[in-house]
Amino acid sequence: MSAPGLLAFCGRLLRRQLVLALRRPVDIGNPLLFFAMVVALFPLGLGPAPAALAGFAPGILWIIALLANLLTADNLFRGDFEDGSLEQLLLSPQPLYLSVLAYVLAQWLVTGLLLAVLSPLFALMLGLPGAAVPTLVASLLLGTAVLSLVGGIGAALTVGLKRGGMLIALLILPFYMPVLIFGSAAVQAVVGGMPAASHLAILGAMLCLSVALAPLAISAALRISIDA
Amino acid sequence: MSVAGHSGAAVAAGSLLQARGLGLERGGRELFCDLSFAVRPGHLLQVEGANGAGKTSLLRILAGLSRYGFSGQVERAAPLLYLGHHSAVKAMLSPRENLAWHIAGEGSYRADEIDTALAQVGLYGYEDVPSHTLSAGQHRRVNLARLYLSRSPLWLLDEPFTAIDRDGVAALEALLVRHAQQGGAVVLTSHQRLSVSYPVARLDLRAGLKEGLSEGAHT
Repeated sequence: MSAPGLLAFCGRLLRRQLVLALRRPVDIGNPLLFFAMVVALFPLGLGPAPAALAGFAPGILWIIALLANLLTADNLFRGDFEDGSLEQLLLSPQPLYLSVLAYVLAQWLVTGLLLAVLSPLFALMLGLPGAAVPTLVASLLLGTAVLSLVGGIGAALTVGLKRGGMLIALLILPFYMPVLIFGSAAVQAVVGGMPAASHLAILGAMLCLSVALAPLAISAALRISIDA
Repeated sequence: MSVAGHSGAAVAAGSLLQARGLGLERGGRELFCDLSFAVRPGHLLQVEGANGAGKTSLLRILAGLSRYGFSGQVERAAPLLYLGHHSAVKAMLSPRENLAWHIAGEGSYRADEIDTALAQVGLYGYEDVPSHTLSAGQHRRVNLARLYLSRSPLWLLDEPFTAIDRDGVAALEALLVRHAQQGGAVVLTSHQRLSVSYPVARLDLRAGLKEGLSEGAHT
């Protein structure tokens, strides 16, 4: 029997990462808790007037989603780097491109996807109009996937450093900006009675671009981090 | 002792690994220079040197983990298995899961193959406990179970005897010899001499090749 095929290996990797994540439920819960706490703070700081809150809600929700993603970005490869798993991954005969894609997908499933699924609840807390909720979920689904992929580049570049926390934020925040702009604009458009399709289409294009390119950058960054 | 799932690596008589003129400098000190050798089926090569002599660096270069910062060339002609200082054993996974979903992607193993391998490294009964309840030596043994499952002809082992008890060392030595006899090759670093009745080539990083590789060949 030879090495497992591409898809078999990716499936195995995905399963491994998901099982590892599910055995540490605190790590999954932390970003969601962070989201809930910050959402709860805004009415206290801005005043509880529903109209004002609803106006800010798209931007607020998107900024918190972005920060919640930033919180988890650093963890993507760190554990595997420290226990030597990453070396073994780099030596695997399967192409690294798909392996890192499986890594990011596993991370997105337990962060971005969960966040998008729970976001209607948070939208309700801020009084976002019901009509905008489907757009919020759609924009978060597309946007957090881009954020996870871009965050993976930062994580791969800084994994060899003892404290990469602040550096990773500096590295990847500029690339988060377009996602934030179009994500919140999509929700804002629906609130203002405009169609959001064009914004979502641009988010989709960003996702396609990052699926194509980010794994290349992550692979190269991992090789550099392991070499150092 | 049986060799479960070890399909006596059928490798051509050519070399599995060829190093040409390897040299490495770290912090202005030359660790080794102009190191040339070929590893062929049947070779058992022990890399020797004091602490900091560059043994681990050499193995990482041979494995392809280090790609820059050294001179010379390495040609790898066969799949290899590399065991480094870190065991790559996930604390939150059981030994069975660690092997079945191993990240090196070397092969897919059946459940009974994994059971046999774990039994051979003395972890019978520990297959499904979380790995964080195992001792350091048992962690190393989970990692060593990969050798019993491996079908890669070339093994690069960095200090494989660390934290292994005396019986474990003897079993491991027997496994390495069997691998070489079946047409595989092993490059390992270790401070202790192997007590095996098989020709072991020694590579001293300061003095170069001490005992030639050709005499170690059993092809």
